[in-house]
Amino acid sequence: MIPIGWTLTLSAVLFCIGVAGVLVRRNALVIFMSIELMLNAANLAFVAFAHQMRSLDGQIFVFFVMTVAAAEVAVGLAIIVNVFRLRETVFVDEINLLKG
Amino acid sequence: MVPYLFMGFGALLVATALMVVLHRNPVTSALFLVLSFCSLAGIYLLLQAEFLGFVQIIVYAGAIMVLFLFVIMYLNLPHDVEHGAHIALRRGIGWMVGALLLLFSLLLARRGWSPGPEAALLPGAEHGNAGAIGRALYSRYLFPFEITSMLLLVAMVGAIVLTKTRRPAGEERP
Repeated sequence: MIPIGWTLTLSAVLFCIGVAGVLVRRNALVIFMSIELMLNAANLAFVAFAHQMRSLDGQIFVFFVMTVAAAEVAVGLAIIVNVFRLRETVFVDEINLLKG
Repeated sequence: MVPYLFMGFGALLVATALMVVLHRNPVTSALFLVLSFCSLAGIYLLLQAEFLGFVQIIVYAGAIMVLFLFVIMYLNLPHDVEHGAHIALRRGIGWMVGALLLLFSLLLARRGWSPGPEAALLPGAEHGNAGAIGRALYSRYLFPFEITSMLLLVAMVGAIVLTKTRRPAGEERP
């Protein structure tokens, strides 16, 4: 049996890598991938607690999170494709119309 | 055996996740993300979440990453060229925030987790838990499950509408 502390620490490390990726990178696609990393960190914590509590509910939540992630990726990538058509770039520094 | 496998998968997961963030080429980042999702699936298998492990590979490493790669290649992006003082400053701030967050979470982790109640085994754990998850999804979680299908439908329609090229008003539809 794996101690829950290990799994949760791994989840925390994964989440921090995702946060750093969102802050450091400029490419909207890579930022999106970092968001996926954070979602997966949350999923890992869910699965760890489900394993610890011997309950299936956590795993079912992971299932729903995966569905939401799939929907988010589809819509988000569509938005990125649109932005690219309008501005010829996906670098978030150059997408600054709202800055005024 | 299991702890060593966990450590191996965990090390692979952290290394590939770092490569996703660090690599300049978005295609390489995406391929590393596939690898990290696969190692995460391995961890799920070790945590007796067999169904989720395989769904992770099918949905994330399969469907979602194919979508990512498809869009990256469709956009035909140049590599990330980043230089200059202000990029360096922002990058420094980003890594610092990540490190601080990591520090806080590790401090929290050191205080110990309260272990919950333990039963013998997850229901249906001898033959994988797909059956047990299916029973729960179609009984107790039926309503959220149906909402999920609506969500996917809305996302599909939204993606199609967003990426549709608009014709000028006067032009005939083919």
